[in-house]
Order: sequence, then C-alpha cells, then structure tokens
Amino acid sequence: MEITLIYWLVPTLVMFCCGVYGFITRKNMIAILISLELMLNAVDINFALFNRYLHPEMMEGMFFTLFAIAIAAAETAVAIAIILNIFRSVKNVDVQGIDQMKF
Amino acid sequence: MFSNILIYFVVIPLLMLAGLALCKNIKQIRAVAVVGSLALTALSVYLLVDFLALRAAGDTAPMLYLGSWEWFGPLNINLSVGVDGISIAMLLLSSIIVFAGSFASWTIDQPKEFFLWLILLSTGVFGFFISIDLFTMFMFYEVALIPMYLLIGVWGSGRKEYSAMKLTLMLMGGSAFLMLGLIGIYYHSAPVGAERTWDLLEIARNGSISTGWQYFLFPMTFVGFGVLGAMFPFHTWSPDGHASAPTAVSMLHAGVLMKLGGYGCFRVAIYLMPEAAHDLAWIFLVLTGISVVYGAFSACVQTDLKYINAYSSVSHCGLVLFAILMLNTTAMTGAIMQMLSHGLMTALFFALIGQIYGRTHTRDITKMGGLMQIMPYLSVCYVIAGMASLGLPGLSGFVAEMTIFVGSFAHTDMFHRVFTVLACCSIVITAVYILRVVGKLLFGPVQDEHHRQLTDATWWERVSTVTLIVCVAAIGCFPNFFANLIRATFTPEIFTVLGLN
Amino acid sequence: MTTLAILILAIPLFMFLLLGLLGMKMSHKLAGWLGCLGMGTTLVLAYTTAFTYYFDPEYTSEIGQRLQVLLFNETWLQFTEKLVINIGFLLDPISALMLVVITTISFLVHLYSLGYMEGEKGFQRYYAFLSLFSFSMLLLVVATNIFQMYIGWELVGASSYLLIGFYYTKHSAVSASKKAFIVTRFADLGFLLGILILSFYTETFDFITLTSNPDAVLTRFGGATFMGASALTWALILIFTGGMGKSAMMPLHIWLPDAMEGPTPVSALIHAATMVVAGVFLVARMFPVYLLDFDATLFIVCVGGITAFYAAMVACTQIDIKRVLAFSTISQIAFMMVSLGVASDGMGIPSHHGLGYMASMFHMFTHAMFKALLFLGAGALIHAVHSNDYTAMHGLRKYMPITHVTFLIGCLAIAGIPPFSGFFSKDEILAACYHWHPFIGLWMSMVAGLTAFYMFRLYYLIFWWKEHKVEHGHTPHEAPLPMRIPLIFLAAVSVVAGFIPFGHFVTWDRMPYDIHLDLAVAGSSIGIALVAIFIAYKMYCHENNAPAKMKAALPALWDWCHHRFYWDELYMFITHKIIFGLICKPIAWFDRHIIDGTMDAFAIVTNKASYAIRGLQSGQVQMYVWVYLIGALLLAAVGIICVF
Repeated sequence: MEITLIYWLVPTLVMFCCGVYGFITRKNMIAILISLELMLNAVDINFALFNRYLHPEMMEGMFFTLFAIAIAAAETAVAIAIILNIFRSVKNVDVQGIDQMKF
Repeated sequence: MFSNILIYFVVIPLLMLAGLALCKNIKQIRAVAVVGSLALTALSVYLLVDFLALRAAGDTAPMLYLGSWEWFGPLNINLSVGVDGISIAMLLLSSIIVFAGSFASWTIDQPKEFFLWLILLSTGVFGFFISIDLFTMFMFYEVALIPMYLLIGVWGSGRKEYSAMKLTLMLMGGSAFLMLGLIGIYYHSAPVGAERTWDLLEIARNGSISTGWQYFLFPMTFVGFGVLGAMFPFHTWSPDGHASAPTAVSMLHAGVLMKLGGYGCFRVAIYLMPEAAHDLAWIFLVLTGISVVYGAFSACVQTDLKYINAYSSVSHCGLVLFAILMLNTTAMTGAIMQMLSHGLMTALFFALIGQIYGRTHTRDITKMGGLMQIMPYLSVCYVIAGMASLGLPGLSGFVAEMTIFVGSFAHTDMFHRVFTVLACCSIVITAVYILRVVGKLLFGPVQDEHHRQLTDATWWERVSTVTLIVCVAAIGCFPNFFANLIRATFTPEIFTVLGLN
Repeated sequence: MTTLAILILAIPLFMFLLLGLLGMKMSHKLAGWLGCLGMGTTLVLAYTTAFTYYFDPEYTSEIGQRLQVLLFNETWLQFTEKLVINIGFLLDPISALMLVVITTISFLVHLYSLGYMEGEKGFQRYYAFLSLFSFSMLLLVVATNIFQMYIGWELVGASSYLLIGFYYTKHSAVSASKKAFIVTRFADLGFLLGILILSFYTETFDFITLTSNPDAVLTRFGGATFMGASALTWALILIFTGGMGKSAMMPLHIWLPDAMEGPTPVSALIHAATMVVAGVFLVARMFPVYLLDFDATLFIVCVGGITAFYAAMVACTQIDIKRVLAFSTISQIAFMMVSLGVASDGMGIPSHHGLGYMASMFHMFTHAMFKALLFLGAGALIHAVHSNDYTAMHGLRKYMPITHVTFLIGCLAIAGIPPFSGFFSKDEILAACYHWHPFIGLWMSMVAGLTAFYMFRLYYLIFWWKEHKVEHGHTPHEAPLPMRIPLIFLAAVSVVAGFIPFGHFVTWDRMPYDIHLDLAVAGSSIGIALVAIFIAYKMYCHENNAPAKMKAALPALWDWCHHRFYWDELYMFITHKIIFGLICKPIAWFDRHIIDGTMDAFAIVTNKASYAIRGLQSGQVQMYVWVYLIGALLLAAVGIICVF
C-alpha cells in the first residue's frame, strides 16, 4: 500500500478541527493557546506535505514551515506574556471574564 | 510667486499665526491682531484702488492678478489665484470684519489660543476668496470651517458642545455634497481626451459639462454651498451656532463665513453650470423664497437676542441666494450688495449683542429693558444697526434690497412675480421684529434695577462698532460706487448662455 | 439757484449730524439756538427759491405756463441703463409751495420748542431729530423721481418714529411709535410694489418723463391686466396705498391718533402740517398719470369720502384734545384726497379745469397753517395744565387770552367761516365735488358741517363750559414768548391766507388762472357751518346736561364713535391673534421641532444605531471565532454553489 497524500491530510485535518474545537470551547487561556498551536502545527504539516508531494523539486513549502514555526514561537511568547499579565491583574485566566477591551 | 499681490492675503494671516505663537502676554497678542488686520485692510483697499485703475485703463479680462503655481501635478491641482470686483468686495468685507472682531475680543480668556484659531479661520476665508482653483478653494473652505468647532466648543456659552457639534456636522454634511459636486465637475472639466482642470476660468471657457451631468452637479454644489448660506431647510445650525458662539466668532461667522455660501453658489454653481441653473432655479427659488419669509416670521417670536439675529440672518441670506437665482445683472448685483450689507450689519449686531451680554449676563429680552438710559452709546448703535437691517435709506440695507427687488421684478412670469412679492413682504416683517426688540430692550422703563450700575462702551468696543457703522453708512450713502464695482463682473457670456438680458 | 437748492437740503442734514454727534456736549440753549439758526437759514433760502420761482419770468414759458426746473439731478444708484435713482431737486409749483410750508412750520416749531421743551432730558436729541425730519421732508417734496420720493418717504417715517418715541421711557410712547412705523411700513410695501410695477412697464422712475407724456405711459402698459384689473390700475392703487398709510386714510389711519404720544410741537409739524400730507402730495405729483385711470381715482374718492366722514364722527366724541385734532387732521386730509380724486373726469382730462387739484393744494396750504396753529395752541394749553384732556381745562379763556384768541381763529378757519383761510380753500373743494357729482358734494358738505361742530365743541369745552377749577394752587398761565410768537404769526397767516390768488401759483397744468367763489356753494356751506356752530354753542358753551342726554339717546353710536369704531381692537386681533398666534408661533415651533428635529433625528438615529451595533463587539474571543467560522463556511458554500 502506497502512502498517498490523503493518508497524511486526514490526520492533519482532524488535528486542525481539534484545534478549532478547543479554541472555541475551552475557557482557560492557556488551553486556548495550546489549541491555537495545534491548528498552526496542522497547517505547518500541510505545507511540508504539499511541498513534498506536489513540487518535490522546490523548497518553498519547507521554508515557509520553518518561518511559521519561528513566528508561532514568537507569538506564543507574546501570548504567554499577555496571559501572565492578565492573570496578575485579575487573578483569572478565564477568557469569558476578560471583556474589558470590548467596544 | 511672491510677486503676486493676492498671495499676501494668505501670507499675512500666516505671519500673524507665527507672530501669535511667539507672543508672551495679552498686549503683544492684541498688537499682532490689530497690526495684522490693519495690514489686511490696507492691502484690500490698495487692491481695490489698483483694480479700479486697471479697469479704468481698459483691462477687461474677467479676472485680474492671475497667478498659478503647481501643487500636485498628477491631479492637475494648482494654487491658482485671481480676483474680480466681487472677490475684492468680499476681501474688503472680510478684512474689515476681522479688524472689528479683533477689537470685539479684546478681553477674551486664553487669548493666544483664541486668536490662533480665529486667524486660522480668516486664513481660510481669504484663501477662499482669492482662489480660482476648485480644489484649493475647497481646501480653504474646510480650513475656514474646522476652527469654528473649537472656537464655539471652547469659548462659547450655553449649550456650546451641542451647538459646536451640530454646526460642524451640518456644514461638513454640506461639504460632502460639495466635494462630490466638485469632483464631478473636475471629471467633466474638459472635452474628452483633453487634460482635465480644476481652474474655474478654464472650465467656464471649455463649457464641456453636459446638461445631463449639470442636472446632477448643480444641485450638489448649490446645496453644498447653500447649507453655509443658511438655505431652508438646512439653516438650523445657524440659530444654535450663533447663540453659543463668542462675540467675534459670531461676527466672523455671520459676517463672512455665511458669505462664502452665497459667493460659492454664484462662483461655482451658477458660473460653471448656467444651463442647469436656468432650468433648476425654480426649485431653489421656492426654498430661498421660503427662507426669506420664514426666517423673518420666526424671528418675530424669539426672546434670545442672538436667536432673533440668527433668524434674521436666515431671512437676509435667503434673499442673497434668492437674488442670485434670479439670474440677471441687477438682481445679482443686489445679491452681492446684500452680502456686503448683511455682513457688516450682522457683525455690528453681534458685536453689540456680545457687549450687552458681557454686561447684563443675559440675552433674554424679557429680562432687560430701558438700556437706553443705562448705556446710551451701545443702544444708539443698536438702533442704527436695526435701522440698517429694516432698510432705512442712507444705510446699506436699503440699497441692497431695492436692487434685488427691482432686478427680481424684471421676470414677467407669474411664478417669479409671486415670489418677488413674497420677498418684498419681508421688509414689513423685518420692521416688526426689529422694532419689537428695540422697543423691549432699549426703550421703556428699566426692567432690572441691578442694570443701573452697568457702564457704557469702552474705547475698544467703540472702535469696533464705529468701524462697522461707518462702513454701513458708506455703502448706504454712496451705493453706486459699489454697484459699479460689482456690476462690471457680470460678464455677458454667462447671460447669453441663459438667454436673458 | 442750484447752490440754493443744495444748501436747502444740506443745512438741515448738517444740523442733524452736528446735533446728533456733538449734541450731548452742548448746552440746551446752544443746541436749541443752533437748530433754530439752521432752520432759519433754510427758511430764508427756501423763501428766496420759491419767490424767485413764482415771480421771475425766467421760470414761465411764453404761453405763461410755469416750467418744471431740475436744479440738479445726480445719479445715486443705477439699476439698469434706464432705471436709475437720482438725487435731485425738482422745482415746480407744488414743490415750491411745499418748500414754503415745510420751512415755515418747521422754523416755527423749532422756535416754539425752545419754550415747550425747555429743560427736557434729551433736548439736543430732539433738535437733531427735528433737523433730520426737515431734511427728509424736503428731500421728499423736491424729488425728481419716484424712488427719491420713496427714500424721503422712508426717512420721514423713521424720523417720525424717533420723534413719536421721544419720551422713550414711557411705555405708551414706545408702542405708539412702533405702531406708526409698522403701519406705514405696511403701506410702503404697497408703494414699493406700485413703483416696481410702474417702473417695470414704463422703464423710468423720472417724474417729468412720466407726467409730461401720459399717453406714452398708457402705450407702455399696453393693456396688461392682472386679476381683472389693468396693470396700471394696480400700480396706481398700490402707489396710493403708500399715500394712504402716510396720510392716515382708512383703514390705515390707526397710527395717527396714537402718534399724539409725541411732543406736541412734533404733532404740529409732522402729524398735522407736513408728513401726513405726503400722500396728497404724492397723488398730486403723479396727477397726470392718475388722470389716465378712472378706477384708481374712483378708489381715491371713495377712500377719501369714507375717511372724512368716519374721522369727523370719531372726533365728536374724543376727550383727549390732541386726539380730536388728530381725527380732524385725518378728516381734512381726506378732503384733500377727495378733491384730487374729483379733479379727474375719467376721460383722461381733468374735470372743470382741474379745479379739484388746485383746491386740494390750496387746502393743503391753509390747513397746514391753521392746523399747526391749533396744535401749537393745544401745546400751550397742555403746557399750562399738564394734561391732554379737556376735562382738566374748562374755562381757560381768562387765564390764557392769547391762546384763546388764536385758537378761536384756528377753529373759525377750519370751520370755514369767511374771511378766514379755511373758508376759501374748502369752498373750492366743495365746488369741485358738486361739479363732479352732487352726491359727493352733499356728502362733503355734511362732513364740513360736522367739522364745524366738533371743532367748536372742543373750543367751548376748553375755554368755556364752566369756571376753571384751580387745583393744588397751580394757576394756569400764558405760554412763554417763544411759544406765543408762532401762535400769533400762524393766526395772522390763517386770517389772510385765503386771499392769496392761489390759482395763479398752483394748477394742475401749471397755467395760471383766476379763481372765483361759487356763491351757491359758499352760501350753503357758511349756513351749514353757522348752524353747526350754533348747536355746539347751545350744547357746550355753558355747563348743561345736553351732551349727557345725547349720549343716552344714542348709546350705541356714541360707543362706536368713542371707541373709534373698534378699529384698533380689530388690528390688535389681527396682529396678535392671527399673525403672532397663528403664523409666527407655529412657524417658530415648526422650525425648532420639525426642521431642527429632523436634523437632530439624523444625529440621534446614527447615535442609536452605533450603540446597537457595538453590542456585537462583545469582547468574547470565542464568539468572534464562531462568527468567523460560520462566515467562512457560508462563503465556502456560496463558492461551491456558484462553481457547480
């Protein structure tokens, strides 16, 4: 049995949907951040896959994945910093309670 | 660029702004304001004399002192200047009112900021009157409008925030129409294939706006300027705005800014789109005809001095637009004279109201009475202003109104006749509300005994009122000078298009 | 002559500016004498001008017709090539006549006021306004074109406003002045529209052009009609409306009785002798044009006839002596109007050689003299007893002999007893009326009888009735010298003025002719006047209950007359209830609530809408994701449907 593209895509799709589900349902901001990482990683894998299967002679997909990972890391650092600060000021990381910045 | 005399109408206010920024105390601020406005007045008088000399020498170009400097090439935006008799009359009016207004705000709070905004506003006004490039004209127009918000909102009285917001928003609404109209004109400014232009004279020469587009663009520009000219039903900013504004701002606003509306209506809407003006005039004649009578009737029952005057302005400025729409030389000459006359006498009114309010701390005519016994100088000036307003011969109101009526009556059809007669009726209603105020406010017994301690005008107040009264009387006594200055502007081309005299 | 003409106008104007600007720095005496000096100079100049005009053959043509002379005529404001307002000086028989009348009365009033107004606050202002009035009135009568007349017309209105409201701390004076101005302003609207119509068709404002060739005017109008009447009729009636306002014809008469709130010398000058006859002067000036249109002249006769009778009726019941004189003035001016009206026979030619025109001008002249005399006499009486009502006066003849005699002369003159001046001029008017139609003649004779009655009622009630009751130890005394001189002078003029051969000076076509008395008319009118005086003597000479009986016999009539037929109440109703209550207030409300409400509504709706929308921005991140997700899915679905 040959492992075609579809065998890789289904797990990443599941992974992405898990991320979406988690993002919407979890209340803890750390958990939301983890869900976000899940989604990002699913997309990263897809980049690598498409590059590998569709245009094996080119490297853009791989590079893009690397960039995305770097940015995701930076973004996570910022997000964690924000969450920590929110926690310090309101002693809570429940996302539904943090709506002071609406309007 | 600096060899053109007109550019100094913008340069001097800018220098004044710089001077004000350096001022340290109120004396210096006053000095800058007075010297600057005197310089402007002198400049406009010199311009008038020079212009008449050029005309006498046989220069018959529609506009003189032309100059054009590129500002933004890709969109053909230039800083183009040029003046004719009407613009010069308006420049003269503006500089006199700025001069009188400086004296009227002699003891204002936070003078530096106040004068900064006031001078910025007059920069816009002067810039507007000298521009012949539609885009720069519009820019100066906006420069003149925005400071009004701060001047009323900060230095005003009563419901100042509400009024400032209302005034600015309504005028901005007008600007939106106007901008749409101006951009439309730009895109039809030249025949297909030729380079487009914002230059008024060139657009008029090209005459390439098709009638269909004119039907759309004429109402846009007319309403846009008409809002500033307090045309019914877009006049409601005027009572509230004037009532809340500080003295000098009311003077400048009623005296000059509302003239921007009438001037724009003539210079842009009618001058560039005469066919649409001819066909659609009736709609606006109805509106302005209503303005004239409606404003006067409304003024009859107001009790706040500034409201009375604001409604009276609605009536008088309505007459300006009304006369412009009559589309003949006499009526249009009358319209411009009415602009001059109304500018001067309303500024006088607002100066006096401000001075009375500064003493009695009320503008309610039911709470005052017998001021003639307490402050005879101010009261006499008020009577003179009132007489000018109700059209006493020898003062400016009479000549302007008569010119308008005679011009309007030249139309033979029933529609114009009816509206002319209606407009004539305003002379009676004006008499009613002016005499009502004069009788209640100045004559009769003293209403409030506390008022007996009040003092009469100070010297700077006298300077500002005397300046205006002298000008009102000058127009009233020697009208032909002004009429000739203005009449020379109405070139035959525009009337041949209309198929009228 | 031109220099004289300019000075006649310039001196009063200069005095106005001088006294108006610097008056407060002057003493009363200086201001008063300056005023008198200025007016005296004007008087001399005007007399010289009029004398030269009437007697120098240079101003008559070969056939003896007096010329119309333009002494100067400068452009003041140009409307179009043809319509130009000039300021000029037209000298012709009627303007020369008016120059004499105005300067005479004005000078006498200046002199009289030195005594009457002594010590009043605002003395200098008073003289300034008198000068302004004299200037405006002179400007009006010498007008070379109808617009110059309109300018003078407005200026006299304004100076009348200022003088009526001279005692500006008094509430009644303020409202009277306001009323006078607004009522005349309303009439001026008619005048203005009339001018506009006339000038539109004839393309000129100029009097000489209009009157020298009336047929051209008719051609110019070319039979234009409006609402059933010809445009010419409209123009002439509207112009006459202006005259109705200034000359206090019904129904625009209501301001004149109230105008008596002003100082009495002012009433004598403005509201008896000069300004109120401006309407008559206007019609006289335009007379050749009025000849063209019978409807307009008929209108004038009707208005005049009704007003004359009405005012005479009302004058019989008034208590305030100045009001009696005011109504008498209205009635007498109506005489002049009727007389002008009956000068036209409806065929475009004046009836009976324009007798009515000459009579009207004659009466204007004599009336100015004797009515000014009566008013100044009334001023002397008021000065003595400090009240306007005859109830405070009774029996004054012993205390004020000079006033008594001069007042009696005035009464005899107005009643039409020979040889006093009123007899001659009124006789001419009545003769003209009888020639025109017997009915109007009888009607005017009846009014003349009423005139004699109410004047002698007034005379007896002031000087006789009963012994004067001296109150608070204040004995009435004769007026001071500056007040007595004008009285004596005017009385003398009233005695002799009737013998002036007036037809030699003023006629409609400026051709001199000899006037002669119509003996039948003269006899009957003397008879009527004597009977009326006798009735007045019986009723009012000595205290008795005849007046009370008469009042009880006709209560309704007395009430209506006493309340001036409720005209003022009607006007109050119209202005306050209808104009203010039903027009101004609803409009102001409409503006604040509907128009402004709409504008505010835009703002409020925008505001409310943004408040409503901002709820969507809930701050719930997961909510945003849901919305995003659903949106993305929907878009995808739309895309898929579109593709397949």
